[in-house]
Amino acid sequence: MTAFTVDGEPLPFVPGQTLAAALVASGRVAWRTTRGGQRPRGIFCGIGVCYDCLVTVDGTGGQRACLVQARAGMAVTTGETDDE
Amino acid sequence: MSEARDLGMTSEPRDPVASSGSGDLVVVGAGPAGMAAAATALDGGLRVTLVDSGAAPGGQFWRHPPLFARETVPTADLHHGLSTYRALCATLSAHERTGRLTLLLNHHVWTTARDGDGFTVHAVDRGRAPEERTVVLRAPALLVATGAYDRQLPFPGWDLPGVLTAGGLQSLLKGGGVVAGRRVVLGGTGPFLLPVAASLAARGAKVVAVCEAAAPSAWLRHPGALLRNPAKWAEGARYAGTLARHRVPVRTRTAIVGAEGAQGRVAVVRTASLDADGRPLPGTERRIEADTVGVGWGFVPQLDLLLPLGCDLTDAGDGTMAAAVDDGQRTTVPRLYTAGETCGVGGAALAVSEGRLAAVSVLSDLAAPGRPGTRRPAAERRAVARHRAFARAMAQAHPLPPAWPAWLTDDTPVCRCEEVTAGAVRSARADGAAADHRQVKQLTRAGMGWCQGRMCGPAVHCLVSARHQPYAPAERLIATPVTLGALADSVEPTSDPS
Ligand SMILES: Cc1cc2nc3c(=O)[nH]c(=O)nc-3n(C[C@H](O)[C@@H](O)[C@H](O)COP(=O)(O)OP(=O)(O)OC[C@H]3O[C@@H](n4cnc5c(N)ncnc54)[C@H](O)[C@@H]3O)c2cc1C
Ligand code: FES
Repeated sequence: MTAFTVDGEPLPFVPGQTLAAALVASGRVAWRTTRGGQRPRGIFCGIGVCYDCLVTVDGTGGQRACLVQARAGMAVTTGETDDE
Repeated sequence: MSEARDLGMTSEPRDPVASSGSGDLVVVGAGPAGMAAAATALDGGLRVTLVDSGAAPGGQFWRHPPLFARETVPTADLHHGLSTYRALCATLSAHERTGRLTLLLNHHVWTTARDGDGFTVHAVDRGRAPEERTVVLRAPALLVATGAYDRQLPFPGWDLPGVLTAGGLQSLLKGGGVVAGRRVVLGGTGPFLLPVAASLAARGAKVVAVCEAAAPSAWLRHPGALLRNPAKWAEGARYAGTLARHRVPVRTRTAIVGAEGAQGRVAVVRTASLDADGRPLPGTERRIEADTVGVGWGFVPQLDLLLPLGCDLTDAGDGTMAAAVDDGQRTTVPRLYTAGETCGVGGAALAVSEGRLAAVSVLSDLAAPGRPGTRRPAAERRAVARHRAFARAMAQAHPLPPAWPAWLTDDTPVCRCEEVTAGAVRSARADGAAADHRQVKQLTRAGMGWCQGRMCGPAVHCLVSARHQPYAPAERLIATPVTLGALADSVEPTSDPS
């Protein structure tokens, strides 16, 4: 199975999809909370300009899920606040 | 798909630090404008490097999954004008085979600088993100074709999960084959809402309403622009047909004025009929159940790479500023060209014509030996003028409703990143301290977060600036965040080995 993990849980994806596309395909539209109001955030612009969709990929934070191509075995973690 | 089989649409990283020897021309942006420009310049004998942050050429209009996924993520049926795309891909791949085109996908350009007679372009290769490799390109001429992004106006609930930009819904569909929800309401203004509705409906989503803020009669004030662009009529008619087939209601003079959530995502959309100024008419509010919302109020030109180079801007006529160009797509900075929606929003056909014209200028300015193998520039210029006239008419027929701030409550977030509310922005203005979005940024932090005001800038501008003054984005020295390592690498780019 082609999958990456999201907070440790495997998430299947179709090769060619971005992390955000795979997350949305699985029914998730939010995967992060804001620093101030702890508001849920996920995908908004879909093209890399709004930064709402940030995730941590293999330990590197601040990655835009709508731009990163999913690869088998990637470890994605979510939920971080976006300390700059 | 065969049109692009040989086009090097790989995600494989190249050399850690490529350097100059990037040819005669660097083109940033492989959308309709950049593809057409690169193809024309190559046909005219130049060596070209074409750079795009995406995984496939095509930009927003011809957004595709990466080449290797075209069979598992089929999206060709969602496209228009694919024959032009295929022809451009074929031209580019032929030149790639001879080594005169270098195509760099998954490369994000974060800044550009003048460098003697030419330009240095700093990019990071994110083909194996989160890894980042520094790439520095140099060429005597630079063409920026970075397009535009959706313009947003806030409303209560616009930051609920499940509310996306209209373009975001389209990019999930065209790039990943993913429909973001089941019951969708679209809102905003402009003809772009129609292809989004049509493609969502074609993929099985129930589009419960398209709320267009403008009145259709606005078009009747521009008969000339309409009559001279029969293709646009035909396109509109096709969408109308698709929407009718799927029973998608299009409500004019109507806007999404609020959204409410349940279970962590949007659940209800509130719409209202608008008066001539855009104020909701009392008693017209409706509540519509929806799990997904797409909103777009036109587009904002993406000028990040152009502004630091100091090129002049001009009023695009739709409330935004765009790059000022002559009739050969030359900016006011020598050897810097721009084409497509950086010059004002007007659709893919216009972007293609402008890209070709820009390349013709590069060919003549660099005294290239060959000749451009496209239609004669005069015909291309006429096409640009015709499309621009249509775009201007479109902008006038689909204005931002001046009274849209009436939808906002004081606690509506305007800046999504820093969570600055409408109340905070209004009081910055009321104190007399802020008369433009840059001052609001300093006082309230609106526009200071990750997106650097790309999402809230136009709205904050409308809230505080004099009416009819077009929005000019703040200068952002870094167009995409880069790691300190990438920054350090780029300080001393390797010199030209050739
Ligand atoms: C999300 C979205 C979806 C759209 N979908 C449609 C649609 O379905 N139908 C329609 O008629 N119109 C659509 N449009 C309108 C669209 O802008 C087109 O009219 C057309 O694509 C414009 O062509 P262009 O070449 O000027 O720019 P674009 O197509 O936007 O191409 C610009 C390219 O530049 C690249 N780029 C930008 N900045 C950088 C950088 N710093 N480094 C590297 N690369 C960069 C981008 O990845 C992109 O590929 C959409 C617009 C948006 C924003
Ligand atoms: S959704 Fe906007 S940056 Fe990813």
